[in-house]
Parts: sequence; structure tokens; C-alpha cells
Amino acid sequence: MKAEPMLIVAERINSSRKSVARAMETRNAVFIQNEASTQAEAGADYIDVNAGAFPGEELECLRWVVEVVQKAVDLPLSIDSPDPEVIKGVLPLVNQPPVINSITLEPSRLNSMLPLAADHGARVIALCQSEERMAESIDDKVRLAGRLVESVIRMGISLDNLYIDPLVYPLATHPQSAMVATGAVERIMREFPGVHTICGLTNVSYGLPERRLINRTFLVAAISRGLDAAILDPTDKLLFSALKAGLAVVGRDDYCMDFIAAFRAGRLG
Amino acid sequence: MSDILQQIQEAIIKRKRAEIQGLVETAIGQGIDPNAIIDNGLIAAMDVVGQQFSDSEIFVPEMLVSALTMKMGLDVVKPLLLKSGNTQSRGTILMATVKGDMHDIGKNIVIMMLEGAGFKVMDLGVDLTVEKLMEQIETVKPDIVGLSALLTTTMPEMRRSIQVLKERGLKGKVKVMVGGAPVSAAFANEIGADGYGADATEAVELARRLISDL
Repeated sequence: MKAEPMLIVAERINSSRKSVARAMETRNAVFIQNEASTQAEAGADYIDVNAGAFPGEELECLRWVVEVVQKAVDLPLSIDSPDPEVIKGVLPLVNQPPVINSITLEPSRLNSMLPLAADHGARVIALCQSEERMAESIDDKVRLAGRLVESVIRMGISLDNLYIDPLVYPLATHPQSAMVATGAVERIMREFPGVHTICGLTNVSYGLPERRLINRTFLVAAISRGLDAAILDPTDKLLFSALKAGLAVVGRDDYCMDFIAAFRAGRLG
Repeated sequence: MSDILQQIQEAIIKRKRAEIQGLVETAIGQGIDPNAIIDNGLIAAMDVVGQQFSDSEIFVPEMLVSALTMKMGLDVVKPLLLKSGNTQSRGTILMATVKGDMHDIGKNIVIMMLEGAGFKVMDLGVDLTVEKLMEQIETVKPDIVGLSALLTTTMPEMRRSIQVLKERGLKGKVKVMVGGAPVSAAFANEIGADGYGADATEAVELARRLISDL
């Protein structure tokens, strides 16, 4: 695996988007494959696939999505479901070791998904969320991260395969949440060497105007504290630009080669 | 309407936290009935704020700060009500996010707006099992239970809650209202809920309607 300054899990094939849900419902392979290949060309490392909008038929739908996406792109997948049975049913179909998105500390999810990850050499996105309550302070998040690290080690999974998501809450209701999440990123990266951190970007801007501006500003803030993976839409030009500029600014782009290459490719704006 | 009540409304609508308590004290000093201050000042203002939010004129944090301003005003009037023994509540509501679901932002916004409308609200938090919910219903004996779910995977918990209410003979004695992004009026109807609110303002209107039906 080449060293990635920033691992991108591309989020567009998600059934919470109406157009995607419709394509899944009508088994429109062309639409889904187009979403996959556009994201691959835009720099995705993993293609996330989610069929959570189809309770009862999630597994069947996701199996179809996995088949058609793998025909279109030569990238590993991020299998996005909270349901261990769905993960289990999809894993035999994947061509390359995937990311399991996601586990939490909830025992039923943890105990059923980690063995699956170990068996399939999968990477795991693990949320700083316990069965009791939301983790609202840096200390809370780091403590939960520690428990995740322990569980993963006990299962014999390499820390290099663990992506911890500190979870960011909306600034609209938790004004310190972005600083708490990025603070947690920094401490997790320092206190558990070898582990990765990942974050979704959309939650932070809930309830605010110009959400995408907040999302990409948050991304840069998180990159500056050591975030090395993100769940995002790589086809979003402004977001992608902020990502590349952010990596250059924090010194994670040697001689700014990636930034310049992105400019030459017409990807910056 | 008296000038000072108008000013109280404006302070809440314009989110003037520094001014609200002084204004409420002035109203009390002028001898205005505490209930009138609440109804025609504080609650009336939150109705306007709720409508502005429903119309997408204001954003979530603006609504929250208005609700905070309203609460600060309420804190000044409340002791007077307790003293006079005149603590008429508009009804008691239990609020919770169902089992398996950790989302509480929408629920918390609804709680603030319900409190703003004068309801007594008890927040039972997130990830609440049906068993715990039933315990609380039997102890607190609320007028309404409000259930929130943000995931399609946790929506079935709402159905289960209502089934258990029926089994225990509580259905009808306590009204159930449901909400959350994936929830719809059709779903609410299908599972036998008494109502569905698409946003915080609808939830307040619904709660008022359910209480008047009781």
C-alpha cells in the first residue's frame, strides 16, 4: 500500500441521496457506474456504497451495487452499513480488501464485525461512540478511541487498518464541536501511533447557511491537526482544492508536487 | 398590547440576551400578570421564531439563541408563579430518541420549542429502550410522548413502542407524536401514532392539538 497523505473514501453512492436511491430501486447500473467512475477519476481511494434507505432489502440491494461498481472501477469499496448481517453478506463478493464502514463500541456491532474484518483483511472505520452517550469532550473521545484500539489489537487486526472517526457534531448546536473533534484527532494520532483518523464532513454544518464552505474549512482545520483520511465527495471542486491546498500548507505535500499537479489537471478553483 | 410586552417579544425574536431579564423585571414592576408575561410576551415571541424557522428565514443557531433568551426571561417570572401557586402547565411531554439511535439534535430543538410554548418537558435522552420508556410513562404519567428517529434502521422501534403501549392498555391515555428525518406522516399513521411533526413548529402545533383533544 503506497503511503497516502490523505485517504479519500468517496461518498456519493449513498441511498440517502434521492437520485441514487432511485437508481438503486430501478437497478440503473449505468447511473451507479457513472457515479463510481467519476469519483475514481477525481481521486477516490475507496468507493463507499450505502443502501441503508432500503430496510429489509438492504443486503440484496447492496450486493447488486457491489457487483456493478466493481465492473466499472478497479478500486476497493467501503461497505457502509451498521448491520453486521449486511456486511457479512456483502464481503464474499468484494474483489479487493474493503473498508467496513462502520463499527462502534456497541458490543453487538463490535463483536460481530471485528472478526469479519480480521477474516477478510478489511480496514475498519470505527466511531467514537459508546452504548451510553455521545462523547462531547476531547477526553471522552480519546477514551473511546483507546477502547477501540484495544478491541482491534485483541482481534489481531493491525492498527494500520483502523480508521478512528472522532465524530463531529453540528456547530449550530455545539459551537465547540469542531475544535473538540480536531483536538481529538491530534491526541488520537499522538497517543496511538500507527492508527489513522477519518471524519465525515457534512454533520459539522447542519443548520447553517453555505454548508459546503463550513465543511471544507473544517476539513482544513482537521488536516492541520493530523487527520489522514476523509469521507467526502472528491468531485466537489472547491472541497478538493481546499484539501490539496491544506495538505501543502501543513507540509504534507513534498515540494507542493500534488498541489501543482492538481492545478495542471484543472482541478483547483 | 402593552408596550413592554411588545419589547419582550422583540428581545426574544432579535435574540437580545442581555436585555431580556431587565425587560421582564420591568413588566413585573408594572404589575402585569406573570401569566400574561408568559403567554403574550415569551410564548408569543417563540411562535414567531418558530414560524421564521419553518419559513427558512432563520437558521438553527438563531432559533436556539432565541429559545435561550426566552428561557432567561422565563427564569425571572417562574418564582412568582410558584409563590402564587399558579403553576398551570400546558401539559407534560416525555421526549426521547428511540433505541439504537444516538441522534439528539432534532429532538433537542423540539424540546426547546415545546418548553418555549409552555409545556413541561422531560428529556429521556437517546438510545431509549421500550422497557425504560414504559417505566417512565408509568411513573411520570405524561400527556404526550414524543419519539424521534434519524435512521431508517431505528424507525421500527417507534412501531414497537406503540405496540407495547397498546399491550399495556396505555394507548389513548398517552398520546404519541413522532418525528425525525426519515419519518413521514404516512409512516406515523401506519404505526398508529397520534401525530407527526415535520419540524419543531409543527411539533408545537401538534402538541397543542393533542392536549386539547385529551
